[in-house]
Amino acid sequence: MDLLVAIIVDGLIYASWLFTVAAGLTLIFGVMRVLNMAHGSFYAIGAYSAATAAGWYYATGWPGYLGLPVMALAAIIPGMIAGIAVERGVLRFLHGREEVVMVLVTFGALLIFEDLLIMIWGAQSYYAFQPYGLFGSTSLAGLRFVNYDFLVIGFTAVIAFALWWSINRTRRGKLLKAVIHDREVSMAFGINVNRLFLVTFAVGAGLGALAGAMSAPAIAVTPGLGIEVIVLAFAVVVTGGLGSIEGALIGAILIGIARAAAVNLVPEVELFVIYAVMAAVLVFRPRGLFAAASARRI
Amino acid sequence: MNKFKTIAVSSASLLAACGISLGTASASDEPFAVGFATFLSGPVSGPVGAPSRNGVELIAEAINDGSLPAPYSGQGIGGRELTIQYVDEASEALDEYRNLVTRSGVDAVIGYASSGSCVSIAPEAEASETLTLFYYCGSTRIFEEDTREYVFRTMNSQDVENIAAAHYLAEFHPDANTVAGINQNYGWGQDSWRDFVSASTQLNPDTEVSVELWPQLFSGQYGSELTRLARAGSDILHTSFWGGDLDAFLLQSAPRGLLEDQIGVLTTGGTAYASIADQIPDGTIIGVRGNGGALSADSPMNDWFRESYIEKFGEEPTFPAYYGAQALLALKAAGDLAASEAGEPPSVDQVRLSLKGIEYEAPTGTVSLSRHNGHQAATELAYGRVQRVDGTPTLVDIRRYSPECVVAPDGFTSREWIEAGFPGAQCN
Repeated sequence: MDLLVAIIVDGLIYASWLFTVAAGLTLIFGVMRVLNMAHGSFYAIGAYSAATAAGWYYATGWPGYLGLPVMALAAIIPGMIAGIAVERGVLRFLHGREEVVMVLVTFGALLIFEDLLIMIWGAQSYYAFQPYGLFGSTSLAGLRFVNYDFLVIGFTAVIAFALWWSINRTRRGKLLKAVIHDREVSMAFGINVNRLFLVTFAVGAGLGALAGAMSAPAIAVTPGLGIEVIVLAFAVVVTGGLGSIEGALIGAILIGIARAAAVNLVPEVELFVIYAVMAAVLVFRPRGLFAAASARRI
Repeated sequence: MNKFKTIAVSSASLLAACGISLGTASASDEPFAVGFATFLSGPVSGPVGAPSRNGVELIAEAINDGSLPAPYSGQGIGGRELTIQYVDEASEALDEYRNLVTRSGVDAVIGYASSGSCVSIAPEAEASETLTLFYYCGSTRIFEEDTREYVFRTMNSQDVENIAAAHYLAEFHPDANTVAGINQNYGWGQDSWRDFVSASTQLNPDTEVSVELWPQLFSGQYGSELTRLARAGSDILHTSFWGGDLDAFLLQSAPRGLLEDQIGVLTTGGTAYASIADQIPDGTIIGVRGNGGALSADSPMNDWFRESYIEKFGEEPTFPAYYGAQALLALKAAGDLAASEAGEPPSVDQVRLSLKGIEYEAPTGTVSLSRHNGHQAATELAYGRVQRVDGTPTLVDIRRYSPECVVAPDGFTSREWIEAGFPGAQCN
């Protein structure tokens, strides 16, 4: 019983973290066809900003739980500003170019951001651990889990639903889907595609930064943070299907459960299992689990 | 030889200052150019690279100012002004090493936190006949796989801290038999775990491994691992995690109380103790890969180092700062010794020959290059246990293991020595 609980609970906790990291990445690709390597930088900006805000907030002695929205805002605002800077400063000149060009350009942005982060925050580690133990722990089947992690699962579900609802149930979401389906026809119908791209990129960057803020309480915020997560985020979105929010969610759950099972049953393959899941999915569905069918153009 | 060198080093510093005036115009009057390579970017830069560089910078300034405390005196390396070029190990360490040697034309290279860097650079150093001092990497392969003439290491190799950890457990927890391990899945983690289990089995034949976990380097998320370790319910939990990975592991384990239920052995725990001591439960065993940082012993030189470091950088020096300093001081001691013998500022080769088997003073205490034909340091290695004293986390039950107790003597590889039951070890 404890084994089953361990695999399911830890799998879902890890999946939540993976999804929050990957959601912005897949949103940006789905709308803009930009495989955004700089997403790792937005994650890192969020983590650093949240850790800085936490350091200030928890020194005031104000109620601990109010630190969470402070950290979230402190992460999202600079994350979105950085996203807007990348989109307006670089990407808008390259819309319609090949995807590999976008990969190279955003990889360049990632490297620039890495240096900028060191210039701003230095090479030392930052901590925002106060919220992590704030909500205590819960025992399930004799195993202790941290309640902050359950909070992250719940918050991730809210983010997933909000994204789905925004895209599928709002007017702006329908405009977005029209752009996803055919950018040129959308422009011909008067949709301001450039503005939608800007909003999408800013929201995607904000989601990346929010993921960094959510992770910050459980880690040491150090240089290189963004580079480490981007590989995992790619594994999730490729498994789920590039551009699919539902795919990212299912991909994250698959990988999270598989990893938790490996750690508990066959720890030797822990390193390998994430990519084994991705490879297994791609063997049967080369475009990922939820890849949208693309129209053939003549 | 060592005794002679120890005496000579003590007097050499004084004579070295004279060397400047004795020397005539020659190549040896030129600055002594050193390249210092460590991680200046990426995840290793914060916990290891930045403090290492700070330690080197502080010592370099003191060497040129002539403000090092006794037994050092005189300016420069045997009278030659010291210049340092800092290089980022994160970007193609071997290529950058070649750049330092061929383009920058440095006289010596100090550096390298990664064992991978050291293993690849050691043969290059020999081939290019470049004096190279490894200051931090731990791989035993550097000197066990080949004889070196141009390569030195100024701190212990990785096996020593795991042997000492086993001794500490044997003394303070003789009835703890089941051990679990969580170590990063690369050479450092694998070698550390292997040596710890082997040494523990020698000292306590009832040692039994309950679970061993191998997360990816810089993984950062350890929820599943913590649950697995809790399910194993071992007496001892060993980890050679370092830097951000260790911090994340401790932060995530604290609310779960894992290290309250199991005795944690953190072989590189000194950096985490310096930054997040409040998150480390009582009873956790802390190592510093030697005798530096939080476990450094009081001495006039250590007092000077700590105070100068805090004044210059505004923070306590963690153990990587000590080992960076330790490497540069080896060069200073050897340079001064060579100058006193030559009667003039020394050439690089004279410094290299003086380094062999040298014994010198550092903020960590006496460092002796007494292993592997005088190229590998053997130093004391300390462990302590976290205990709240008046609510403040403090290190108590500190044990300092002498090289004679925990460092394999010449003639053995470390693995052979452990498996043979530490023949010749003197642990009183």
